[in-house]
Amino acid sequence: MGHRILALIIKEFLALFRDKKSRMAVIVPPILQLLIFGYAATFDLEHATLAVFNEDSGSFSRELIGRFERSAGFEVVGTLRSEAEIAPLIDRQAALLVLRIGEQCSANVANGEGCPVQVLIDGRNSNTAMLALNFVRSIVSDFNEERIEQTTGAKLPARITMRAWFNPNLESRWFIVPGIVALLAMVVTLIVTALSVAREREAGTFDQLLVTPLRPWEILIGKAMPGLIVGVGEALLIIVVAVHWFQVPLTGDLLTLLPALVIYVLSIIGVGLMISSFSTTLQQALLGAFLFLVPAVTLSGFSTPIANMPDFMQALTYLDPMRYFLTIVRRVFLEGAGLEYFWHDLWPMSLIAIVTLAMATWLFRHRMY
Amino acid sequence: MNPGWLLRLRGMIRKEWLQVIRDPSSIAIAFFLPLLLLLIFGYGVSLDAKNIRIGLVVEQADSQSLSFIGGLYQSPYFAPVALTSIQEAETTLRESKIDGIIWLRHNFGRDYLRKESPPIGILVNGVDANTARLIEGYVQGIWFGWLEQQAERAGRKLRSPVQLEQRIWFNPQVRSTDFLVPGILAVIMTLIGALLTALVIAREWERGTMEALLVTRISVAEILLGKLIPYFILGMGGLVLSLLMAHFLFHVPLRGSLWLMMAVSALFLLVALGMGFFISTIFKSQFVAALVAMVSTFLPAFILSGFIFDIRSMPPFIQGLTHLIAARYYVSILQTLFLVGDVWSVILPNAAALVAMGLFFHGMVYRTTRKNLQ
Repeated sequence: MGHRILALIIKEFLALFRDKKSRMAVIVPPILQLLIFGYAATFDLEHATLAVFNEDSGSFSRELIGRFERSAGFEVVGTLRSEAEIAPLIDRQAALLVLRIGEQCSANVANGEGCPVQVLIDGRNSNTAMLALNFVRSIVSDFNEERIEQTTGAKLPARITMRAWFNPNLESRWFIVPGIVALLAMVVTLIVTALSVAREREAGTFDQLLVTPLRPWEILIGKAMPGLIVGVGEALLIIVVAVHWFQVPLTGDLLTLLPALVIYVLSIIGVGLMISSFSTTLQQALLGAFLFLVPAVTLSGFSTPIANMPDFMQALTYLDPMRYFLTIVRRVFLEGAGLEYFWHDLWPMSLIAIVTLAMATWLFRHRMY
Repeated sequence: MNPGWLLRLRGMIRKEWLQVIRDPSSIAIAFFLPLLLLLIFGYGVSLDAKNIRIGLVVEQADSQSLSFIGGLYQSPYFAPVALTSIQEAETTLRESKIDGIIWLRHNFGRDYLRKESPPIGILVNGVDANTARLIEGYVQGIWFGWLEQQAERAGRKLRSPVQLEQRIWFNPQVRSTDFLVPGILAVIMTLIGALLTALVIAREWERGTMEALLVTRISVAEILLGKLIPYFILGMGGLVLSLLMAHFLFHVPLRGSLWLMMAVSALFLLVALGMGFFISTIFKSQFVAALVAMVSTFLPAFILSGFIFDIRSMPPFIQGLTHLIAARYYVSILQTLFLVGDVWSVILPNAAALVAMGLFFHGMVYRTTRKNLQ
């Protein structure tokens, strides 16, 4: 029995890796994508393009503008001369925001009144707009605080102090890169498994496999092995790159992460093989893979928090294995969480793995049509 | 002039169309896929944090502390949880039951009255840095409103030297749906285009029917055109469905002209279909083509197109790489057409890039197929 399964496993590996093109397609893109996405997937706004329209000629407004020029968050790309220049500049995205300082600015300040400053932000990307606005606000409120202290000697009645745990500089890369581990592990495992049965169905060799003495669960092991080894192997490689290349701190223990990773990959294998045994052609398997992949990524909380979703969507996310692993991998990386903190994410994922693997095994012999 | 080409083309389209209809998966790709994805994306993807679970530790319930936290209770962004001590709050934060803590120490009210500027402590779980930053921004807003209100109560105006007025153009309510849904269309159209065609030519080579086709009098251009037209029609059907959903279900305003939108979308669909054909022609094996389609379509369109991660925030080298992703140009056009209007200085360069990519893909497909003959 043992050698039967072994023979099947070898055959499955050969089917995947014998052809140079498919070997490359499985191995190269995930590594490349990690490197590219690790840099690309960021919410940290740097060098937001700013244009200044200053109708005032006093020193107060110049001082304020100086604050913006010296800030690392902004890059001053232009100085405007008239109001009519504002709209075209923002429309064609030459500047993300325009700072407009009113004519009476310095005169008002000299009289003890306020200087009117208007900030106009391109809201096409609302998240970028909010981040830019927060930047502007914090520069302006620091400036205000200092001016008040300088002129009246009084301090603001209360101030805000902020500290962030686990990610003190709030680098969104620390949040995204561990997420990419979960993302690419899923894609790799899915491409290895979702096409494997469908390919044999289309070629007619799956029926031959079914008439051999191999039991369905033996076929399952044979079909699952390449996905398990490639999925876990590439995920580990990606973790190494995340830690050593992107310098994301792995605070927790890799050994606590490993069982979670294996269970996660098994649950994806279950889904992949289910899709594959459902399909009669590669085209259908490809469609099935995407019908799982895209919602799974969207609902996992990879790019946008689950807490922002409406309640019925949040309920749906409990069906998504990536949701659980994503939480685990982020918490192990950044919080150093041990098993006691994430077992309630681990058991639903295990349940998904068991159900999907069992369904896939059953579907080998019971096709829909 | 020989009208034979028209006849041959019609025959080819008919054959392709029958294949499309007989395998329900093509119809599913064109209509079911956008429907499902738009629903999931539209409801599932949001960057608008609301009801953030935040722990409140108020060590001394004096009037200053209570009036400050009153602002938090009124804010739509926060769902405050009252906690008794900072130790309890830190444990709760560590267990991920709350996302942040606001801490007013026992001497807050006293120091406030003594004008010693007591701190309002914010402690956030920084794992999700974007949300943490938004929390900071929201608390700052509440803090500022509170300062003004306190000053007013004391009968004076809070005279800040700079009086900031903010205007967010095109999306004054800062609804993230308005910028995400146009981007979602680009991701969906990329998938539809590539999925419809990625296997089509490889299948013919694999089954040997390509040779059978090529020995007839039909030319390569006629074969390719015959394959393109049915899938183009299917894809446009999916597109119209998606546009209707974006507008009527998700209420994204369409400020540009509809015809321009349709024209640009048709152009992008041609590029996406071209990319599918390209994968199919290069690899000539359905299995490899499917592998390549899976790794090369969704994730790049999702991450590198500017749909959710702003390209302007990426390092310059990666910004350069995004120019290889067709979806990038389409996202840029869509966000502008939906939210701003017909801004030609955005639309023309992006459309030109799409034309170039379309010519490249279809040109390569034509060349490679002809070369395979010799």
